[in-house]
Amino acid sequence: MIKHFLKDFKERFIEGVLFLSSTTTSILVVLIVVYLFKEGVGIFNRTPVAEGSELLVSAANKVNKLTADEVRKIFEQEFTKWNQVGGSDAEIELFRLDDITNYYTDEQLGENFENMPHCIDTILMQHPNMIAFVSKQYVLPNGRACKVSIDKIAVKQVMLGNRWYPTASPVVELGIWPLLLGTIWVSIGAILLALPFGLAAAIYMAEIADSRIRKILKPLIELLAGIPSVVYGFFGLVVMVPIIQQTFNLDVGQSALAGSIILGIMALPTIITISEDAIRNTPRAMREASLALGANHWQTIVRVVLPYSVSGITAAVILGIGRAIGETMAVLMVTGNAAVVPTSFLQPVRTIPATIAAELGEAPFGGIHFQALFFLGCMLFLLTFIINVIVEMLAPKKLKR
Amino acid sequence: MILNKVEAQDLHLWYGDFYALKGINFSIKKNTVAALIGPSGCGKSTFLRVFNRMNDLIDNVSIKGQALIDGKNIYGKELRVDELRKRVGMVFQKPNPFPKSIFENVAFGLRVNGIKHKTYIEERVEKSLQQAALWNEVKDKLNKSAFELSGGQQQRLCIARALAIEPQILLMDEPASALDPISTAKIEDLIYELKQEYTILIVTHNMQQASRVSDTTAFFYLGELIEHDNTKKIFTAPDKMQTQNYVTGRFG
Ligand SMILES: Nc1ncnc2c1ncn2[C@@H]1O[C@H](COP(=O)(O)OP(=O)(O)O)[C@@H](O)[C@H]1O
Ligand SMILES: [Mg+2]
Repeated sequence: MIKHFLKDFKERFIEGVLFLSSTTTSILVVLIVVYLFKEGVGIFNRTPVAEGSELLVSAANKVNKLTADEVRKIFEQEFTKWNQVGGSDAEIELFRLDDITNYYTDEQLGENFENMPHCIDTILMQHPNMIAFVSKQYVLPNGRACKVSIDKIAVKQVMLGNRWYPTASPVVELGIWPLLLGTIWVSIGAILLALPFGLAAAIYMAEIADSRIRKILKPLIELLAGIPSVVYGFFGLVVMVPIIQQTFNLDVGQSALAGSIILGIMALPTIITISEDAIRNTPRAMREASLALGANHWQTIVRVVLPYSVSGITAAVILGIGRAIGETMAVLMVTGNAAVVPTSFLQPVRTIPATIAAELGEAPFGGIHFQALFFLGCMLFLLTFIINVIVEMLAPKKLKR
Repeated sequence: MILNKVEAQDLHLWYGDFYALKGINFSIKKNTVAALIGPSGCGKSTFLRVFNRMNDLIDNVSIKGQALIDGKNIYGKELRVDELRKRVGMVFQKPNPFPKSIFENVAFGLRVNGIKHKTYIEERVEKSLQQAALWNEVKDKLNKSAFELSGGQQQRLCIARALAIEPQILLMDEPASALDPISTAKIEDLIYELKQEYTILIVTHNMQQASRVSDTTAFFYLGELIEHDNTKKIFTAPDKMQTQNYVTGRFG
């Protein structure tokens, strides 16, 4: 009786442990995703003014609301008159913190700049056409100057914006379009390169190679998957980039093409092994039916085996690319990382993961830049999520008989 | 003397070191139906697959002796296997249509033969489906997937597919074993029709079926051909005791 009870207890205990570990894992995953999105989407709750700063105008100025773009143009002196942004006819005067020495001596500002807020407030009083970009700490509470209100960061600006300057001042620019396109270009290039080679290798391994050759090839290809990505990157940088530079006579060899080639090579093992399995899984009855009708081996491969395994092959390609999209190190090393909208495979591009890896270290925790990188993380997550859903839809669908 | 259409002379076959066919001597005339009967594992399928060289696909198979069609050795060096298979069609135990449309299934053999003429292909597809008694059931849905057909219809589709390239010989490996009685009856009628144009070898487990459809019956046992004679004789007064026991259901 006791023995029976103990056995029962033991089974229940094991069940409990298994249940707990699976729930913890699920909760952990959900928490990570929630955190990612909370941080990332938080970006749309902020104004694009550089971290810890404020824009001030004189109270006499009737302009007290500007768009981020207008602010940028004003400080780049593209706009020089207030009437260009809906104000009076007057010239715009710019004021940055460094300019304070033109107005006040160090003694006047005080030992620890304790008079700074007051001084700035006074300057703005005296210059009705001035716009000042200053740290928040130097804004006089209840001062006479007027804070310029700027709209929050808009989804459209981020998604379709062409400029990625997350540390610019006075306003940051967070257009992820070039990064999104960079990622997609490099990945598509990788598919186009990896698919023909991968498929050819898979067909060879599954259909033509005898078992002896297969026994050598298979581990070799699996070895390819085991090489650390930084090694691929190093190889790319030292070998491929110079070759590309010379072949196409470019100023720099770092380019989308280099990234695509490296990613293509990295996606090959996945593509080959999964396609090979798909090809091998073609039922024997299908092959026999084809051969019995007088089709030769090659006709059987092209007309029966490949159509039969097409969903598996598609899954293989998408899975290979899904891995490639998130790949960071190698891409960071060979693509040149210029955040411009790509127009040619021979130009430098910058991908989302490379951006996150390169910039996260210098983005202050919780700041706009930090959140913008999280938002990039969200986009990458969505991209790979969509890819996984596609694989899910394609892969296990057994052709029913 | 009429030449034998299909013939085996002292044919031996090994799967690795498993001795599967032990010196078979067998022959049938043109436009006859031969039924191959015997307990499971006695080598009926193996023997059938000798004649379209399907056993070639299996590693480690070795063959000794001769297999002849129209008096010519089909294991000779000058013979091309894909040419042979165009003359010797096969219908398998389980219906195995391709994951393609009904039309494309039947057209497959023509296409791999390099035939491109559209109206000719259409004619052949229709003719073959008619011969397989399937035309009326599928003529309005030729572009539908073959998997939408019932099991019996799929098997008749596979027969049509084999007929499309106009073989001379048809090998059928238990073509009705996975089918319901109505479909089975249809296939049996079909075999009776096809006999006018084809020479047929059919493996069957079903004694009634063998006696209904065949002209001659061959009884296999443990890799040997025990007896091959007129169907009527095999089922009423066989020479060998083993045959007698088998056909009367005393073993097998
Ligand atoms: N590919 C194979 N490899 C090894 N042995 C096989 C193979 N195919 C069939 N056999 C063996 O050969 C014998 C005859 O098989 P088969 O011709 O399929 O018998 P039947 O069709 O009469 O049931 C069986 O004992 C079977 O196990
Ligand atoms: Mg069999």
